[in-house]
Formats: sequence, C-alpha cells, structure tokens
Amino acid sequence: MGRYIGGRVVSMLVTFLIIASLTFFLMKLLPGTPFNNQEKMSESQIQQMNEKYGLNDPVPVQYVTYMTNLFKGDLGVSFQQDGRSVTTIIGERIGPSAYLGFQSLLIGTIFGLLLGIIAALKHNTFLDYGSMIIAVLGISIPSFVIAGMMQYWVGVKWGMLPVAYWEGFEYTIMPTIAIAAAVTATIARFMRTEMLEVLGQDYITTAKAKGLTSTAVVIKHTIRNASIPIITIMGPMVVALMTGTLVIEQIFVIPGLGEKFVSSIMTNDFPIIMGTTLFFSILFIVVILVVDVLYGIVDPRIRLAGGK
Amino acid sequence: MRKTKWTVFLSLILVLSIFLSACGGGGNNNAGEGGNEGGNAEGGEGKSEQVLNLLESAEIPSMDTTQATDATSFNAMNQIFEGLYRLDENNKPVLGMAADEPKEEEKDGETVYTFTIRDDANWSDGTPVTANDFIFAWKKAMNPDSLSQYASMFGTAGIKNANAIITEGDPLYGKVDELGVKAVDDKTLEITVTQKVPYFKSLLTFATFYPQPKDFVEKQGDKYALETDTMLYNGPFVMSEWNHGDGWTFEKNPEYWDNETVSLEKVTYKIVKDVATGVNLYETGKVDRAGLSADFVDQYKGNEDFVTRLEPTMFFLRLNQKNEALANTNIRKALYLAYDREGLVNVLLNNGSVAAKYFVPKEFAFGPNGKDFREFAPDGFLADKGAEEAKAAWEKGLQEIGKDSVDLEFLTTDTELASKIAEYAKEQFQTKLEGLNVTINKQPWKQFLELETAGDFDISTGGWGPDYPDPMTFLYMFETGADYNRMNYTSEKYDKLVSGAKKETDLEKRWKMMQDAEKVLIEEDFAIVPTYQRGTASLMKPYVKNYFLHPFGADTSLKWVKIEGK
Repeated sequence: MGRYIGGRVVSMLVTFLIIASLTFFLMKLLPGTPFNNQEKMSESQIQQMNEKYGLNDPVPVQYVTYMTNLFKGDLGVSFQQDGRSVTTIIGERIGPSAYLGFQSLLIGTIFGLLLGIIAALKHNTFLDYGSMIIAVLGISIPSFVIAGMMQYWVGVKWGMLPVAYWEGFEYTIMPTIAIAAAVTATIARFMRTEMLEVLGQDYITTAKAKGLTSTAVVIKHTIRNASIPIITIMGPMVVALMTGTLVIEQIFVIPGLGEKFVSSIMTNDFPIIMGTTLFFSILFIVVILVVDVLYGIVDPRIRLAGGK
Repeated sequence: MRKTKWTVFLSLILVLSIFLSACGGGGNNNAGEGGNEGGNAEGGEGKSEQVLNLLESAEIPSMDTTQATDATSFNAMNQIFEGLYRLDENNKPVLGMAADEPKEEEKDGETVYTFTIRDDANWSDGTPVTANDFIFAWKKAMNPDSLSQYASMFGTAGIKNANAIITEGDPLYGKVDELGVKAVDDKTLEITVTQKVPYFKSLLTFATFYPQPKDFVEKQGDKYALETDTMLYNGPFVMSEWNHGDGWTFEKNPEYWDNETVSLEKVTYKIVKDVATGVNLYETGKVDRAGLSADFVDQYKGNEDFVTRLEPTMFFLRLNQKNEALANTNIRKALYLAYDREGLVNVLLNNGSVAAKYFVPKEFAFGPNGKDFREFAPDGFLADKGAEEAKAAWEKGLQEIGKDSVDLEFLTTDTELASKIAEYAKEQFQTKLEGLNVTINKQPWKQFLELETAGDFDISTGGWGPDYPDPMTFLYMFETGADYNRMNYTSEKYDKLVSGAKKETDLEKRWKMMQDAEKVLIEEDFAIVPTYQRGTASLMKPYVKNYFLHPFGADTSLKWVKIEGK
C-alpha cells in the first residue's frame, strides 16, 4: 500500500505540473488586460501597466517566472484588489465554501441514501414512486430556482429564516437545502439502482437461504455492497461542493470561493485564476487518490496495484 | 475484518462532523446582533438608532487615493477621507480641510492660490493634517512609477507643470518636485495654476486630491491601505471593519473637525450582487436602500419608497467611419434618426433613464450664468425629426455610395441588458431602413474592449461617465486621434472648437464654444448616435434623511445623513 501511494504521489505531481502549465498558456489566450477601469485607460497607460507587471515579456519568460515563484510558494497578488496576495484571498474565502459544501454533502448523502434504500426495498410501491419523483425534481429544478423561491417565501413572506448573509448557523440552512437537493437526488437514484441490482445477486439468495433475518440481509449484504459505487461519485462531488457555487453564493451573499473564481475569469485577474485553478486541481487530485484507497479498504475484491 | 471497514466509514463521518462543528463556531458571534438591527426600533420619539445599512455591488479594489479608479472605492473614500473641499447637497464645493477660501494672487499669467488648513483638522490618530500631507499624496500620484490613472487630473485642474511631468519624453517627465504646489508651513498650502479652470474647487473634492498622512504611509510601506489598521482617516467616518469580499463598516470619527454635524454612528455595507436578494433584504428591513432592475420597477412603481435618480452617464453608439457606408454622413444621419429612444427608456430600461439626442448630460454642468449646459438645446438635436426623415436620409445616402443594401456589424457586450438593447437597436434600424442588415456580435467585456480599441466593428455600444463637472470631460473624447475616438471620426471644425474651449479664459465664450462643438458632433456630423442618459431606480426607507447624491466623483455623501422616525 505504501509503495502504491508513493507511486501515485509522483504521478500526481506530474499531473499538477501539466495542469499548471496548460492553465497558464490557456489563460494567456484570454483577450484584454487584467486592469480595472480598462475602458478609461489610454493606450500608453496600458503599455506602462503591462511593463510594470511584466506582461510585455514573451509568454515563455512569463511562464518561467511564474513557475519559479510557484515553487517558492508565491502565487502573486491580485490585480483587482490592490496588493492583496492570492493566498490571502483564497484563505479568507475557502472557509464558507468548505463549510457549506460539507454540510450540504452530509445532509444530501444521508437523505439520498435513505430515499434510495426505501425506494429499492419498496420497489414498485408508492414509496418508490414518491422517492423517485422527489429525486427527479431535485435534479431537474436548478438550485437557483429553489434558492430564490426559498428566499422569497421562507425568508421574506414567512420570516422564518434570514434572507441572506453569513453570520451563523441559521444563515446556512437555506443555502444548504438549495445545494443538497441535487446531491440527495443524485445519490437516491444511484443507490436505488445499485440496491436493486444487489438484491438480485446470488449471494443475497444464499444469505436468505442461510436463514438470516431480512434486516440482517439488508444491512449486512445489500446496503454495504450497494454503497461501493457511491464512493466513486462522492469524490468529484466533494470537490465540486467544497469549492463553492457561484449562484448560491451570490443569492445568499456568502463570501465564498466560487464567486471569486468566476469573477476572476471575467476580469482577467490572472494570479487569482491560476491560484484558484491550482487549488481546485490539488483538491481534486488528492480526493481521487483517497477514493481509490478507500475502494481497496471497503471492497476486498479490488486490489490496488502493488498491494498484496 | 468486517468491523474494521465499518469503523473506517464511521470515523470518516465523525471527522467530517468535527470539522463541521469547528467551522460553525466562528461565524456565530454576530447573529444575535444582526437580528435586532433591521427590525423594530419604533416608539422612541426622535431617538432613532443612528445606524445606516447599505449595499454595494462590488468589493473595494483600492483604498489608496492615488490608485483608485472605480465608483466603489471613490464612494468609500468620500466618507472616510476629505480633501480641501467636499461636495454639498447642491453639488457645490464647501470647505473641508481648508479653513477659508484661498487667497488668490496673479503674477506673470499664473495664479497662486494660498490655502490655510484648519487648525482642528486631524488624522484619526490625533496627529494634525498638514500641507505636506497634501503635497506628499499629490506627488505620489504624479510619480510615473505609481502609475496613477488619475494623475492627469492635476493637469485638468491647470496646475503648473502637471501635464509635462506625466508626458513621456518631456524634459520635466517624472520630475514631481516641479509640480506647482508648495508647503509654506505646516498649515499653509500654495497651489500655482497656469490656467484658471472654472471647476477648480470642484476638482479638489475628488479622491486624487485628498491628502495622505506622510509619516504613517511611509512606515506602512506596501501594506498601506490594505486593511483598516494600515490607514488613517480624516473624514466624517473611520473604517472600523473591512471583511474583504463580504463588506465593511464605518463608524463616526471623533477626530473629525466637524463631527458635530455627523449624525450617523455606524454605517454597514454588504456586497450584494443579486438584485432580487437586495430587494428581499430591503423587504425584511436588513438594508435601508436597494437598487432595482427593470423587472422590479413595475412592481414597486407608486410605492412611497420608490426613488429614481438621473445620472450624468451617457450611452451612445459609435459609428465606425472606416466602414464605407458609415463614412457617409447621410447614412449616419439615417441611423441617428431611425432609433426610437422612447421605446428604449420607457419599456426596456424603465428605471428613470431619459431618451437622449444629445451627448453632454442634463443636470450635470452649469455655466457661468448658473444655467444648465443643456438649456441651449434641451431636447437635443433634430428632436422633432423621426422615421420619415430617417428614410429620406437613408435613400439619399445609399444613392451617394451607389448601393441598395448595407450590412453592418453591431458590437456589444454579453450581459443580459446589453443583449436586449442590441436586439432593440437592430429591430429599430432594420424595420425603418430598407436594405439594412444588422448582425449582432456579443462579446465578453474584455474582448469587447479589445475589438473596440482596435476599431474592429461597424457600430459599437459605448458609455461614459464624467471625471469632472464640466462638458469637456465628454467633448474631449472625440477630438481627432483622441484615445476614445475609436471610430475614426475627424472634423477640423470640431477640433478647433474643442481645443479653443480648452484655452479660452472668457467663460461665456468658452461655454458657447463647447455648445457649438456638441452641435457639430451630432447635428452636422452625426459622429455618434446618443441613445440615453442613465437613470437608476431604487428603494429607500423614508426614515433616511439627507442622503445626498453627486453627479461626479463619489456617488454619495453620508456626512449629513440622519435617521429620523424609524
């Protein structure tokens, strides 16, 4: 296992370098300058600014400078916010995004699993149909619609929860529900399908034949085996949720990372684009590794290369 | 074996929940407090809580007065800093850091203004504001290394050598000590101008002309103005909190010379980008003012909280004369006349915007006689002409260029509003001008600017807001070869009038020249097609009094705001 992880870490580093390089060159294709107020700047002002920030250098030179600084741990400073470093900006914004992401994931997973299991066990009953209707709605209604409706009805009309801002637990409830809806739906549908498949397996028949109670069969054999593929979809989901969602953050006025990422692209804030992209890719690469390792642990049938 | 796997799973969940509860702790502190603020402070006669809660749509990019270029920064600065003057309710400059109106002395064609700085003008740490603090900030802005985009304002104010210092190749380039300003002593500031401009005092209210506490700034180095504790304040408020990306808070500045006038104890700003969220926050009393988009206007029109405001921001179409058809004056005239602006402002925008057949906005610049610049042509040019005249001009134009159809590309940005406006323009042009085919090219903002600057368009949408309270801030844009003249317009007559007005010292004559210039630009040359002057619609709680809005520089002044009868 140790050797396997060691090897994986090396290939992760390579992946990271490729992502960093590709992002850098793609970013250089973006039209326009990273400066605020470009519409009021004269040609010569733009030239002077480019000169100051090294944007007139040939792209390969800029690339080498960037990568050198990257290895020193220096991601640069934002163009849009005077002199503030990329690490500071990511640092102050990741908290709310990660918190909201984990909370939605937790809630979404719990409800998703429950709905999926109930639907499978009560296959072709109204409970099954009911669960699946919820799942289809959860997937097909966009989160901003759910968010907007909740904000208006629960927040304004009924006055039960704060409309927006990020100032305590009650402020997290509506955004969590808005994000968790899709998670619940995805996991419920997935779980139901897997459960149904597992229920048809020979080993379930065997277990029943052995005389196990149906509760034991469901808990020990069915749910456990059906959960394995869930881990696969959980990986990317963790990353996607933790890094924040633009729309939900805007609607509920949450100072998260998702909003910053999108706005940095709109404004050509190169250091922020690089910083957030690299941050997301590290998260992603690590999560994929964790998922693979978890596989080996949860399902003994899956052997990781090198581990015997 | 089996048990170990479940243990792994369970411990993962445990770790997750520990993480969650750890995160949850931090944000809770303000929750209770926040809940009370917006709600019911009713009953207390005249003793309303002096707290104002506002929204901004963007983060503050810079709090360094030499670096800021945007509305959010200028707005924040106007509440916590102060120049020699500040704008009052009627947008007239009133004394700020200056104790009195300056002494004026003329010699050798130059004018020397001598300002005395108030004895009680202090920074928030109690140290006095000195003449050197002004000179320090101004020279910092003029220094080419600081790349201050508004350094040109010193030249606009007519200050001696200002233009030369920022002109590359000039013998004075970069020599900031040659700037015509001098600290005679700690409280006496001399400004030498080579040209007296009528809006000199108004300019001094602009952020670039604020002082900076020299010793403090030098001590902070790179960190100056990045956080609340790396700034000093000399305005009505201090910035007590700045949560980047989330919002900021101002509190009354006890060191401010005129703090007796200031009523508000606290002002909070939150960054809210979604209009519907702003409206919902307003409805629940969390904020006292919220902007409205067109779709909310119908819902709130007639509501007592509904307010509109006419801004001095102009929108117009650039007609690129590189295009053979658009090089023809009659074709341009046809486009100018065919566009029905009423439909645009009443239906599409629906927010107090005004149809414009003029380029220098209404309610913005006032002449030597105190009258609005627009008075000479209040409804703009050819105001009574419309579709019929457009058709005639179009046919004449087509004949002159010897074609029976024209294809034009309409360059615009990719926001929802820009797209709607472009569709509207296309429909206007195509239905009224036979043989015209308009293709819309929607681009993201930065790409739009690249294409426009390169002159790679036939028609493009432009907008402009003033930098100083004078028609020249609009008219200089379209001189031959000027930076913003991206449509290859050139007119000797126009150039002569504009450059003449820049030098003219007789204010009446100067005013007339600028009016003539605008007439040439539009009624003779149809160089641009002005479309509308922007209005904004908002909701504002009736208990907010004396909330003053300004047409240039900072949008608002909170110095005089009072909460009454909340």
